[in-house]
Amino acid sequence: MEPNGIATGHRALRFPRHRLDGIAGTSFKHEHLSAILQQDHRKGFFEVHAENYMGEGGPPHRALSRIRQDYPVSIHGVCMSIGGPQPLDERHLSRFKALIERYEPALVSEHLAWSTHETTYFNDLLPLPYTAGTLQHLADHIDQVQETIGRQILLENPSSYLTFTESTMTETAFIRELARRTGCGLLLDVNNVFVSATNLSTSALDYLADYPLDVVQEIHLAGHAVQSDENGAPLLIDSHDGPVCDAVWALYETVLGRTGPIATLVEWDSAIPDWPTLTREAEAAQAILDRCTVTEDGRVRRAAV
Amino acid sequence: MRPSDPAIAVECEAAAYAAHFAGRLLDPARPAPPDVAAPGGGAAERRFGIYRNNVTVSLIEALAAVFPATLRITGPDFFRAMARFHVRATPPTSPLLFEYGRDFPAFIETYRHARSMPWLADVARIERAWLDAYHAADAAVLASETLAAVPPDALAATRFIAHPATRLLASDYPAFSIFSANRQEAPVGRITATEPEWTLLTRPHLEVEARKVAPDAAMMIAALMHGVPLGSAAGDTLAAFPDFDLSAAIAGFIEAGAFRGISKNGADDET
Repeated sequence: MEPNGIATGHRALRFPRHRLDGIAGTSFKHEHLSAILQQDHRKGFFEVHAENYMGEGGPPHRALSRIRQDYPVSIHGVCMSIGGPQPLDERHLSRFKALIERYEPALVSEHLAWSTHETTYFNDLLPLPYTAGTLQHLADHIDQVQETIGRQILLENPSSYLTFTESTMTETAFIRELARRTGCGLLLDVNNVFVSATNLSTSALDYLADYPLDVVQEIHLAGHAVQSDENGAPLLIDSHDGPVCDAVWALYETVLGRTGPIATLVEWDSAIPDWPTLTREAEAAQAILDRCTVTEDGRVRRAAV
Repeated sequence: MRPSDPAIAVECEAAAYAAHFAGRLLDPARPAPPDVAAPGGGAAERRFGIYRNNVTVSLIEALAAVFPATLRITGPDFFRAMARFHVRATPPTSPLLFEYGRDFPAFIETYRHARSMPWLADVARIERAWLDAYHAADAAVLASETLAAVPPDALAATRFIAHPATRLLASDYPAFSIFSANRQEAPVGRITATEPEWTLLTRPHLEVEARKVAPDAAMMIAALMHGVPLGSAAGDTLAAFPDFDLSAAIAGFIEAGAFRGISKNGADDET
């Protein structure tokens, strides 16, 4: 009997408590399952989109149960719509709770975004203004999620293409205050930082200098697509369909230089490559993590290359 | 509404940004919301267009993922045009995209450019049911030994419990033949079937299986799925189809894994 395959509760085998500190992982795609199981066990973790495992049974749960036996898993919610003005969907919240209870993931995260308005689900991570009003509203939503699931979530910074004229706070101040009020941790998406800074003509380094790095527990790296706006200004699209670009790798090293090793995920969600290609991208992140150690006095030391 | 009520004021301010976006995301004729800007305060049309494009394209792709045979039959350009109309008129109401597309087969039936393919909606219905079977709850299937162990005098009153994944679909067209030819990788040859076909979807082991069932067996399975006792189901089917081979039909649906258990006298006596 596989752990939590068909049996649940007291009839299921226990999942091991894998740790993922300082480990690089990848998105989990079902087409890679047999390649992952055939390889020698290696350091790594897998992240899944929560909603893909909210069906009652079938092959998705079988695949995730199998992976969860051997590797740490991170559950990444994509459509809780925490950033929306309307109340959270109670049914969705209870599905999220059940999924976390079933798989006991090492990390749980959601987005600073909204995706549902009234009854329509838009299937995109939509932006919001940063004001005292939205801050309070989001803090209440994060409190509700954390109280429901009984554990901390990590909140991911968005990729931005425009700004709201009514915003009165910077994104970093907004995120810092959310973390302070709710006790949530942060998922720092370095590609999103780069995409937003390019699109909004701001500085990624300034963003990172003002970002509460001390509460970051996971990092995302991903590829983006390059377009331009009607004035010819570059417009980067957070497409997750290619390798991580050099500028994002450089920003990643900058972050680790300040924080020490942090679990890092290479996200690749469309135009998905074969497993060896995805593994090489994670190995590139692991090599940077492995060069970065924390000394006893808490300082980060990076080994010479 | 009293604007002096701080809770309501926060709700209204907070609601505006989402309402402004939501009303425009699926309507390409409307300009960008009034409360957004590009850096430096410039026009945000192209930038808002990224969200609009993400929403429409990702939902078209969600339908393409649910209906791959339909897409293969129509070709990608036809499918995307048809899906775009449906996405804008009937966006999802659940964040679970594997639930999306339930209204798509009915839309296909009314889609003017698909009138030359009257069977296309039924192929889409099989595909939608296939995904439901894929995500259905796990359960062991009924073993033939379990049925064999029922005393002969208790057989007529035995009821069957459908497996959570089982779906049975009727079509006035050879929908199964068209579906199965277009759900495999090999080139699709000429489909010569012209008769109406029933499709049975089950998940007996790891994967969803689709098979064509004869009209008499389909009538029998449908009755059993509705909780009709074996004796009445067999009698009704034999009355409609005098040549019905009962034992072959039972062996067939047990092998397919259509049921997960049996019960006697209405009690849920699962295996």
